[in-house]
Amino acid sequence: MKMRNSIHLIAFVWLMLITIGSSWTSTLATPAMAAEETVASTADAAQAIRQEPIDSGDNAWMMISCALVLFMTAPGLAMFYGGLVRKKNVVGVMMQCIFMMGLMTVLWALWGYSLAFGGDGAWIGNFDHLLMRGVQSQWVAGQPVVPVSGSIPTLTFMLFQGMFIIITPALICGAFAERMKFSTMVVFMILWATLVYCPLCHWVWGGGILAFGGEHSAVSAGGALDFAGGTVVHISSGVSALICALLIGRRLGYGSEPMPPHNLTYTTLGAAMLWVGWFGFNAGSQLAADGIAANAFAVTHFGAAAGAIAWAGMEWITRGKPSVLGTCSGLVAGLVCVTPAAGFVQPIAGLVMGLAAGVVCFFACTAIKNKFGYDDSLDAFGVHGVGGTLGAILTGVFATRAVNDVADGSPLGLIEGGTIIAGQIAAVAITWVLAIAATFIILKALDATIGLRVSQEEEIEGLDLSQHGEEGYIFI
Amino acid sequence: MRKIEAIIRHFKLEDVKSALSEQGVQGMTITEVRGFGRQKGHTEMYRGAEYQVDFVPKIKIEVVVGADDCQRVVDTIVRSAQTGQVGDGKIFVADLAETVRIRTGESGKSAI
Repeated sequence: MKMRNSIHLIAFVWLMLITIGSSWTSTLATPAMAAEETVASTADAAQAIRQEPIDSGDNAWMMISCALVLFMTAPGLAMFYGGLVRKKNVVGVMMQCIFMMGLMTVLWALWGYSLAFGGDGAWIGNFDHLLMRGVQSQWVAGQPVVPVSGSIPTLTFMLFQGMFIIITPALICGAFAERMKFSTMVVFMILWATLVYCPLCHWVWGGGILAFGGEHSAVSAGGALDFAGGTVVHISSGVSALICALLIGRRLGYGSEPMPPHNLTYTTLGAAMLWVGWFGFNAGSQLAADGIAANAFAVTHFGAAAGAIAWAGMEWITRGKPSVLGTCSGLVAGLVCVTPAAGFVQPIAGLVMGLAAGVVCFFACTAIKNKFGYDDSLDAFGVHGVGGTLGAILTGVFATRAVNDVADGSPLGLIEGGTIIAGQIAAVAITWVLAIAATFIILKALDATIGLRVSQEEEIEGLDLSQHGEEGYIFI
Repeated sequence: MRKIEAIIRHFKLEDVKSALSEQGVQGMTITEVRGFGRQKGHTEMYRGAEYQVDFVPKIKIEVVVGADDCQRVVDTIVRSAQTGQVGDGKIFVADLAETVRIRTGESGKSAI
């Protein structure tokens, strides 16, 4: 009964949040400022194309970045996760990744992009861009007009952001691997993307309450620097993953049966693909092919490298052998950690952040997980939740105006005497609260209606056969 | 007829195969198997989860020979598969009721 009351309370607070947010959006709507928002009306669009021509270099880099980020979900994450599960669940987990490419793209095209990037409200976007309105080319005053965002077509911007909403929910799949009902997962992901990802994306990158120096960011101590999605992608998915692991419960036989990865060669190659794809993810987040993009590229590379060495080194020291899985986990942890920082910190700071992530996430995935006994099967929380949180905070330490002068000459990180770390911590806290509350409510609702887990028999048989009627490896 | 099953180390397969070929053995079947005897298994560690692996991977060779050749073949396997360390494997010999060559349908020793 107590539990039920708390659910009602959280549901109520959540609804209030959204309602207030929506009304603020409509009442506080001011003339659109950012370039991607100027296309709300067709007249503005016509003006936009005349004011800001498309830079072919930027656009070329951004379209390549789009492909790189898509490549992270599958084959990258699909192979990384696929190798970590048992043989009977390998195509099941790959399916979750590849299906997200379809599902999230449709959602993004229909309403997701508009909720994330429509208007400049505090809490959520609007419906201006439903069905790609104002994003796609249009016929205005006797000529075709291509909406432009900054120096690239708004379509390129929409696509790039669309790749992020694919990988974010796919990351969560690591927490409930090998036991969640596929149909429930589909409904969960639609709700999660709409109620968590889109608002959060709007808060950080669409001018909402977490936008750095934005008009609504007094709530979050001035907003956060999040270059490529430390909060939006990694904290949101990692913390939601923890809630999933807790509410769905452990796999049958967890702790008593051996559950080693069934194919570490997949996992290793998948991790390497993530490293490559992450260049698009981070360096692409500059939305241009300029010096800051090059900085982000270097920070990304250094972060991954240091993370790999750090995790492997921790194993070497504590257990006598460096493992392949540890090296792969470390590089991903390093990449996660530098994601919010890539365009704001120096490359050597990236190296330090990667090292820190390798060590901290190593403990999160071993000591902490074992102590609390939750079955975060593929360590989505231990790597993305913990690494993302660490990265967001360390961005507040290492960010420097020498790399990216976002505050008109004022110092940024602690090291150069800046105070943005307050906003970083506030943004982390707000993101944690949103992810915990919303994921909890969605999962409780789905548990009460369609059920979260497959039956015991289906779990023993494996998700490949029980959910999809297929097998990963066929003996012929 | 006898059926000889030899459980050997992976890296000894090539030695055993060529030694048997020299002895005139015409064919054999091999399988990758797992099992344990006196050799201890090992532990594996994945992100802090430690597993004791008791079933050690080995190769199983199956050879069918006439009763007269059996001892010579067994000796050959022992000689070629031996390292002297625990874990060299085992050989099992059994009487075999029948052998049939599928292509021609002939049976008995001439079908081996």
